[in-house]
Amino acid sequence: MPNIPASTTAAPTPWQSLINHLGRDPMALLGIILVVIMVGSAILAPWIAPHDPNKINVRYRLKPPSADHWLGTDQLGRDVLSRVIMGSRIALQVALISIAVAGSCGLLLGMLAGYGPRWLDSVLIVLFDTVRSFPTIMFALAVVTLMGPSLNTVILVVIVTSIPVYGRIVRSQTQALRNHEFILAERAMGAGAMRVLGLHMLSNVIGPLLIIASMDIPVVVTIEAGLSFLGLGVRPPTASWGAILNDGYAFIRNTPWLVIAGGVPLILTTLGFTFLGEALRDVFDPKLRREA
Amino acid sequence: MSHLLEIDDLRIRFRAKSIVRAMIDRDRQPYIEAVCGASLKLAPAETFAIVGESGAGKTTLARAVIGLNRPHAGSIRFMGKELRGLTDKAFKPLRRDIAMMFQDPAGCLSPRMTVKSIITEPFKIHGVRVSDLKREADRLLDLVGLPPAFGRYYPYQLSGGQARRVGVARAVALSPKLIIADEPTAGLDVSVQGEVLNLMARLRQELNISFLMITHNLSVVRHTSDRMAIMYLGRFVETGPTDDIFARPRHPYTRALLSATPQPDPDMARDRVKLEGEIPSLIDRPSGCEFHPRCPLAKAACRQAPPPRHRVGPVHKLYCYYPDGAAGPRPLL
Amino acid sequence: MHTEYPPPVKPNSLALSIQDLSINFQTVRGTLKALRQVSIDIPRKRIVGLVGESGCGKSTVINAILRLLAENARIQSGVIEFQGQDILQMTPDALRDMRGNRISVVFQDPMTALNPVLSIGRQMIDIQYREKTSRAQKTARAAAMLTRVGIPDARKRLEQYPHQFSGGMRQRIAIAMALMAKPDLLIADEPTTALDATLEIQIIDRLRKLHQDIGCSILFVSHHLGLVAEFCDEVVVMYAGETVESGNVRDIFYRAAHPYTRALLQCDPARIKEKSPVLPTIPGEIPDMVNLPDACIFAARCPIKQHGCPLTPPPAHDIQPGHQARCHLSARKDD
Repeated sequence: MPNIPASTTAAPTPWQSLINHLGRDPMALLGIILVVIMVGSAILAPWIAPHDPNKINVRYRLKPPSADHWLGTDQLGRDVLSRVIMGSRIALQVALISIAVAGSCGLLLGMLAGYGPRWLDSVLIVLFDTVRSFPTIMFALAVVTLMGPSLNTVILVVIVTSIPVYGRIVRSQTQALRNHEFILAERAMGAGAMRVLGLHMLSNVIGPLLIIASMDIPVVVTIEAGLSFLGLGVRPPTASWGAILNDGYAFIRNTPWLVIAGGVPLILTTLGFTFLGEALRDVFDPKLRREA
Repeated sequence: MSHLLEIDDLRIRFRAKSIVRAMIDRDRQPYIEAVCGASLKLAPAETFAIVGESGAGKTTLARAVIGLNRPHAGSIRFMGKELRGLTDKAFKPLRRDIAMMFQDPAGCLSPRMTVKSIITEPFKIHGVRVSDLKREADRLLDLVGLPPAFGRYYPYQLSGGQARRVGVARAVALSPKLIIADEPTAGLDVSVQGEVLNLMARLRQELNISFLMITHNLSVVRHTSDRMAIMYLGRFVETGPTDDIFARPRHPYTRALLSATPQPDPDMARDRVKLEGEIPSLIDRPSGCEFHPRCPLAKAACRQAPPPRHRVGPVHKLYCYYPDGAAGPRPLL
Repeated sequence: MHTEYPPPVKPNSLALSIQDLSINFQTVRGTLKALRQVSIDIPRKRIVGLVGESGCGKSTVINAILRLLAENARIQSGVIEFQGQDILQMTPDALRDMRGNRISVVFQDPMTALNPVLSIGRQMIDIQYREKTSRAQKTARAAAMLTRVGIPDARKRLEQYPHQFSGGMRQRIAIAMALMAKPDLLIADEPTTALDATLEIQIIDRLRKLHQDIGCSILFVSHHLGLVAEFCDEVVVMYAGETVESGNVRDIFYRAAHPYTRALLQCDPARIKEKSPVLPTIPGEIPDMVNLPDACIFAARCPIKQHGCPLTPPPAHDIQPGHQARCHLSARKDD
């Protein structure tokens, strides 16, 4: 009977690793804080917005920041702070929905392409590459022409352009693991494709996907802002950060706080999710999980 | 049907070029022949070792028996049932009786599953209902000499020897009749090799399991197998009882291989059969007897046609132009 | 090509001397005491085998000699004396001068030892950068070296790329490159583990001939006892970060004094001449090097400790001149 080696302790759970990591990495901590603020304001928006974001009050248009309006008012007298808070909700909705859907589809298609028969792989790759070869803006224009500008348009554009990227990532991970001994061992035991993909492949290929996806959240938020800024996204009077930027752009000389109010949350969100994504990557990196 | 496993003139090849490429190059033979006609018979509770160097085709052959490769000719019969040509679905029930242990001790274990899940997976795959899965897991761990606490560990926390034992536990989970062990001592220190081999010997006796052992480690073969085959470039050059082959190796390659094992004895006189050159690539196979470019006894006939088969004992076969194989003092081992 | 046997070794002519080297690693779980008072002497022109199993610290020793230790390594004490200098104190410039020139290495995996995008000739010429000879002369030297390691058609093959050579040839090229600078010490880290048996003995033969020609010292690291017995003059046995026994190859293989060495030799299936259904093993596991017991490192698994061993960490005892073992009981017994 062998001794239980004293060097072997129970593996730290991913949560424990994350907490450990945060303790050591101030950037990661900052990232978490910024993300929490953004997500918190998105969830609690209706309750923490001091004013109705769509309430027009022309008499108080373009007022500078004051006690009543912390970020001032825009050209229609609407409270900018409330609009920014509502904007976080839009941003989060778009980002989460589109990335969740794109991620799931990319995961499924990527695993099929990587593990399935050659012909299926060829077909999917052609599909991925075709979609990817459209410039995003042109594709957005085409969809807008068909569906009209709206939140759903933005979400659709993001989903369709992201699936090939995620699909390719998952596909290469799957291909790399397909001939790995533990997968062969599963097949040798009689495990069917569903079991192999769902139980063994999935957890081992999802790591890079999660990291890329989490770092895509700020990108999607920016895409939404960009499309809304161009007028291809949300329709007025919906308060998205891009719309605020669009509104404020005309008044940048005299009333810069509009542009600042639209831009700064965007920057902070991007930073926050990027730091968080890097921390996630460090935590999930299997080499770093090894005991010394 | 006295034999558990019968392999008859098995041939396995892989495509070296794609179909399109082969057409463009007008290459009628776009294949690499990995196994060119292997035959063996394995009885219940017997250990048969297949030895050879890289490119010999041992692992390819082993994987064909478990259905991970598709031979294009020949036959594999397990308990009388023909395995070649079976669909995955038809093969599945047979996988309760044939298990495989892979080369990399920890690499063949799913990295994000606990040991307990890994060793009870065969039950789940084959829908075998047990009243208490944890108890089964503990029983299997005990069988391989690991304490129940190991059920919670992950593969990366295990030493080579421990991971190897988990692999054994998983292989015997459904009490198979045949276990294919691909390099069971690879990656293990000498001081723990014995543990795994002793374990396999014990299981063979207690559970009546046959072993098809693939290895390049000749010292281990001598102590663990009843019969053996020496493989070179996809063919068996000599097969027979292990004791006989070690006592008097006949094929020149067998002699070279046995004498190539360095001995832990500084002053021992070494009567080494030195081979020139290296193993040829499978794409460029030599003519006639494929060993002739390196064979110290090669003569004209060897270059022209594949060698005949000689029976030098009731189950001892030799493929060589010298009916008695190589003469000379036996390589000391 | 001339061959001559190395001259008898004078007592003080050491190529490299590691004295009382102790190295720790800072890890997540605590301080890992990887090497503890390791002492290895490599005489000039001799082949020294370093034997040990996983976790014994062989790789750490090699990395220490080359000063390529990981970032979390902390050298606690010790000296590595090489040609009048302590390697552990050398400046980066001095190290660069030493590596690849006076000390060179052949690694385990021939597949990855060479740069895949450069031709062999280019790589073999590049490593002669210290020489002030012309390119033509460097090419000639490279071709000569390839011929010496048994690669025919050397000139033509210099233009080829690593993937055009087999594993055995790549390892030979790696050896050729390591020896081109005529180093004083060649470190061979499991150079034949990835190769087939029949190829292994070819490579070892070649290495032996080259050693006789060039007259360097070789530190041959391996877990393969048979190879060490055939190839090496002296042997050092390591266990869990300590050198437990060292001596002449005959001392170790015929008169092993440390119980670990004896047990290890017994476990080698090649040594067992009669077919044996139950193979010997060393029961137990190596100790946890983060939480070391305050006792002899082998005590937990030692088969002879019941014969009155005090179990405390033993000093190195002289069994015979040149043969030492860290065992209390070895000092008394002579079997």
